[in-house]
Amino acid sequence: MTASTLPATGRPRGTRSRVRAAAQYLGIAVIVVYCLAPFFWMVVSAFRRPTDQFQTTPLPDPWSIANLQAVFEPSVGFQRALLNSILVAGTTTAVTLLIGTATAYALARLDFPFKRTAAAIVIATSMFPGISMVVPLLKLFTDIGWINTYQAMIAPSMSFALPLAVWNLTAYLRQLPPELEQAAMIDGCTRMQAFRRIILPLAAPGVFTTAIITFIAAWNEFIIALSMVNKKDMQTATVAISRFTGAHGFDTPYGTQMAAAVVVTIPLVIAVLIFQRRIVSGLTAGGVK
Amino acid sequence: MTSMPTLADADAGTHTGRPPRRTRRSLSEISQNRLAALLLSPTFLALALVIGYPLISAIRQSLYSQGQEFDADGFVVSDEHFVGLSNYADVLSGDRGAAFWNAFANTTFFTITTVAIEVAIGLAMALVMHHALRGRAIVRAGILIPWAVPTAMSGLLWQWIFSSNGIANQLLGQQILWTADGWPAKLAIIIADTWKTAPFIGLLTLAGLQLIPQELYEAARVDGATALQQFRRITLPLVKPVLLVAVLFRVMDVLRMFDLPYILIGSQKQSVQTISILAFNEAGNLHYGQAAAYSTLLFLYVVAVAYAFVRLLGTDLIAETRTIRKDARA
Amino acid sequence: MNSHRKRDHGYGARRVLPAAAAVLALASALAACSNASPDPAAGGDDRGAITFATGKDTSGNLQKQVDTWNAAHPNEKVTIVELPASADDQLKQLQQNAQVKSDAYSVLGLDVVWTAQFAANRWIDEIPASTDTSGLLTSAIESAKYRGTLYAVPWQTNGGLLFYRTDLLTAAGITTAPATWAQMQDACAKVKALPQGKDVSCYAGQFDKYEGLVVNFAEAVQSAGGRVFDEQGNPTVDAPQAKAALTWLVSAFNDGTIPKAAITYKEEDGRKAFQDGTLVFLRQWPYVWDLANKTDGSSKVAGKFAVAALPGLNGPGSSTLGGLNLAVSSFGKNKATARDFITYLTGEEAQRANLLATSTAPTRTSLYADAALQKQFPYLPYLQKSLESAVARPKAVHYGDVSAAIQNAIAPVIAGDTDAATALTALQANLKQLTAQ
Repeated sequence: MTASTLPATGRPRGTRSRVRAAAQYLGIAVIVVYCLAPFFWMVVSAFRRPTDQFQTTPLPDPWSIANLQAVFEPSVGFQRALLNSILVAGTTTAVTLLIGTATAYALARLDFPFKRTAAAIVIATSMFPGISMVVPLLKLFTDIGWINTYQAMIAPSMSFALPLAVWNLTAYLRQLPPELEQAAMIDGCTRMQAFRRIILPLAAPGVFTTAIITFIAAWNEFIIALSMVNKKDMQTATVAISRFTGAHGFDTPYGTQMAAAVVVTIPLVIAVLIFQRRIVSGLTAGGVK
Repeated sequence: MTSMPTLADADAGTHTGRPPRRTRRSLSEISQNRLAALLLSPTFLALALVIGYPLISAIRQSLYSQGQEFDADGFVVSDEHFVGLSNYADVLSGDRGAAFWNAFANTTFFTITTVAIEVAIGLAMALVMHHALRGRAIVRAGILIPWAVPTAMSGLLWQWIFSSNGIANQLLGQQILWTADGWPAKLAIIIADTWKTAPFIGLLTLAGLQLIPQELYEAARVDGATALQQFRRITLPLVKPVLLVAVLFRVMDVLRMFDLPYILIGSQKQSVQTISILAFNEAGNLHYGQAAAYSTLLFLYVVAVAYAFVRLLGTDLIAETRTIRKDARA
Repeated sequence: MNSHRKRDHGYGARRVLPAAAAVLALASALAACSNASPDPAAGGDDRGAITFATGKDTSGNLQKQVDTWNAAHPNEKVTIVELPASADDQLKQLQQNAQVKSDAYSVLGLDVVWTAQFAANRWIDEIPASTDTSGLLTSAIESAKYRGTLYAVPWQTNGGLLFYRTDLLTAAGITTAPATWAQMQDACAKVKALPQGKDVSCYAGQFDKYEGLVVNFAEAVQSAGGRVFDEQGNPTVDAPQAKAALTWLVSAFNDGTIPKAAITYKEEDGRKAFQDGTLVFLRQWPYVWDLANKTDGSSKVAGKFAVAALPGLNGPGSSTLGGLNLAVSSFGKNKATARDFITYLTGEEAQRANLLATSTAPTRTSLYADAALQKQFPYLPYLQKSLESAVARPKAVHYGDVSAAIQNAIAPVIAGDTDAATALTALQANLKQLTAQ
C-alpha cells in the first residue's frame, strides 16, 4: 500500500504512535467536517418545503421533496440538461486529456527550440479575464454558424481547461524517471509503445486527477453555455439552474436551487469515486515496476 | 527501479543548478522537433481559435471608442474610431482610476490571503487523503465536494449562510452584517473561496504525493530520519513542482475572481470589487473601450505576477527535461 | 454599424404596400427605415416563425398563451426563449445578442429601465404610431418611450406598497394605515408599548447596495415632494425635498425605526423579517401578498396584515415604477408577426389570464376596476393608486452609470459614513455630468 509512513501500517510502536494516529484521525475529522458542513446546509435546505426556505433549524421541519420535484418538473427539462452536461463535460475531458497529454509529453520529454515560449504561451491563454471573451466569441460563433451546437460549448471549455491540464501533466510526467522509457526503448519498444505501456500506467494518478479537474470545470461552466446556446433542449444543467425563479419574480426559489445544486454535485462525487479506483490501481501498477 | 536512491540524493536534486544532461539520444534533433510540433499543434490550434481570437479582439477594443456619442436625435453613434491609449488614461484617472486602484488592492489582497490559506489547508488535505486508511474513498469524495459544487451555487449557498438572519449569525449568536460593505464582506469572500478551492490544491498535491516512490521513505527510515525530516526532505521537495503548478493556477484564478463577490456580496460594493467586476460593470453599461482596458490591465497584471512567480519559485517548472529523480541518480 | 447614422429614419424610400394590411404595413415601413436590420429589405413586414426572449415562464401560463397563438397562426409560430432569472443576466444576454446583431430573438421582454438603452442603440424598432395604446397605464406608457417616441408596449407593471400588521395596529388602537412617515413612527411607538410589540422593528424597505436602493431612495425623494430627475431629465437631488427625504432615512436608521440589518436587505430578506413577525411596516412589491398569506406555517403573519399606499413626508407617498415592456428586435426576422404577437400579449384577455395565473400587475387600467379580480386580489385598488402616482426611473441610455452613481452616493449616507448634504451635492454634480449628452 501507499501510506507506509503511517506507523499504524507497521508494527505497533507504543504511545507516541498512538497519539500520532489519534491526531491524524482528529485531523481527518476536522477537515471532513469543514468540507461537509456547508454542503450539509445545502442538502438540508433542499429538503425543506419551498415556503420554509427561511428556516434555520438544523434539520428540515417538516421534510419535503417538493424542491426536488420542482427540479425535475417536465417543463424545466432538467434530465435533458443533465444529459447535455454529461455529453459536453465528457467530450471536453476526453479531448482535453488526449491533446493535453500529447503536448505535456512533448514539454516533459522532448528537447526542441522555443520550448519555454511554447509553455509560456499555453499558460498565458488562461490569464485573460474570461468574462471579457464572451462577446468576441459570440461574434465568432455567430459568424461560423456554431450557435446552438455542442461544439460551441465544448471548444471553449476545452481551451479553458487545456493550460492547466498541460502544465499539470507536464509536472507529473517530469516526476517520473526517464530511464524507464529509455530502458523500454532499448528493449525494442517504440517511443509510442514505451509511452503507452510504461509512462501512462505510472502517471495514472496524475492523468486521472487531471481528468477529474477538467471534468468538474467543464461540468460547472456557465457563462459560455448560457451565451452560445438559446435552445432549451441544448442547455446544460448550470444554465437550467440559472433559470429557476420563484412564481412571482422577486422570490428566489432558494430551496429548489439548492436541490438542483445537490443533484448536479452527486454525479461528480460518483465520478470521483470511480476515478479513485483507477488512481489507486494505477499506483499499484507503478509500484510493481 | 533497480537501485535504491538515498535520501541525500533526492534532497540534493532539488537544490542543484546543474545543467541538464541527457544520457541518451534516442531521436535525432530534427525528428524530435517534428514530433514536438506534431504533439503541440492540436493544443495550439484549439487555443488559437477559442482564446487567441477573442483575446486579440478584446485588446484591440481597448484602443477604440465605440458608441459613446449621441447624434442630434439622441441615437448612439455606433461607428468605432481609434483613440490610442485614451481608454487607459480614462480608467486610470478620476473616479474610474480610484475604482481601479481600489479593485487592484482588493484583488491583490484576496489573492494573497486566499492562496496562502488554501495552500495550508490543501496540503493538510492531501496528506490526510494520502494517509487515510479506513474509509479512504469516502474521505476523498467528501473533501472534493466543495470543489464540485458549481461556483454560482456555492455563492448562493454562502449568501444565505451569511444573510443577516442566516445560520452563520445564529451560530455565532451575533448580528454581523456580512453582506454590507466592509471587512465582514471581505472575510465572507475569503471563507467561501477557501472552502471551495482548497480541495483543488489538495487533489493535485495528492496525485503528486502518490507519484513519490516508497523506496525513498524506506531508505530514509533505514537512515533513521524522523517523520518531520522525511516530510521536509522527501515529501516537500518532490511534491514541490506539482504544488507550484497548482498554486500558480490558483493565483491566476483568484486574480480574475468574479462570480463569488458578484453573487455573494454584490457588484457595487467597493470593499469586494475586483478588476473583473469593474470590467463586467463597464461592459454592462456599454463602455466597451473602458471595459476592454480594465481587462487588458488585469491581463498584464496576471502576466507579471505569473512571470515573477515562475522566476522566484519554480525556475525549471517546465523548461528542462531534467527531473529530480534523474538528477538524483547522476 | 456605420450605415445607421446615414440612414434617414422616418422618410426613407417607402415600399409598395399590400392593400390588405395597409395601416400596419405603412407603420412598419416607417419602422423598417429606421431599423438596424442587417438587411433592411427583410423582416419589416414579413411574417413567419419568431422567438420571444423573456425570463422564465413561472406558471406555465405564458406557454399556454403561446400555444393558443400558435394554434391560430400555424405559419407564424412563436417559440419562447427563456432567459436567466436574474435581471442582470437577462440584460447581459440581450445586450450580447444585440451587439453581434443576432437574429436569435424577435420579441424582447425589456425591464422598464432598459428601454432607453435599446432604443438609442437602434437595437429595437419603433412601435408603429397606429398601435392602440389607449387603456394602458399612462406611467407605464411613459416608461416605454425614448425622446417622445414609443419603442415598446407595456406588458407587466409593478409598484411599491406599504404592507402593515393590522393585528398590531388594532391592538394599539389604530384603525387606519399611516399616510405620513410621522404617523407611521407614531404608530410604531404605540405598538412597541404593547407586550407583543416588544421585539418588533418598525419599518424596512430594500436598502442593500443594489438597484433596490435606487428604487427606495427615489421613492423617499418623491414621497417628500421632490424628484431625482425633473420632467426634462435634469437631476434635482440638490433640492431641499431630496435632502429632507435622505435626512429622514438616516434618522430612521439612527433611532432604530429601520433596523440596522436593513442595510443588507433585498426583497427576500425583508419578506423573511415580515413573515417572521419582526416588522410592523414593510415597503414591498405586491408579490409578498400571496406568500405572506400562506397558512402552511411558513408565515407567522398570514391574515394579519393589509396593504396601503406608501406614506410620505407631508402626505401620501409615491412609488417607483417597475415592470416589463415588449419590443421588436431590430435584428429579428418576421417583424410583422412580432408586432402582432405583442398586440396579442398586451391585450386585455391575455393580461387578465396572466394576472390570474401569476398575480403580475397588468398594464390595462380596466382590469383594476374589475370586481371579480378585486375580490381575488384585494390589493389591486391600492396598487392602482400607487401606479397612478408612480414615477419612472430616468430614461438614461447608460442607466447603469446613473444607478451606480446613486448607489455610491446613498449607501455611505445610510451606513452613517457620510452626511446627507455633502453626498447629495456630489451626487447632483455627478448625475449632471452623466446625463449631459
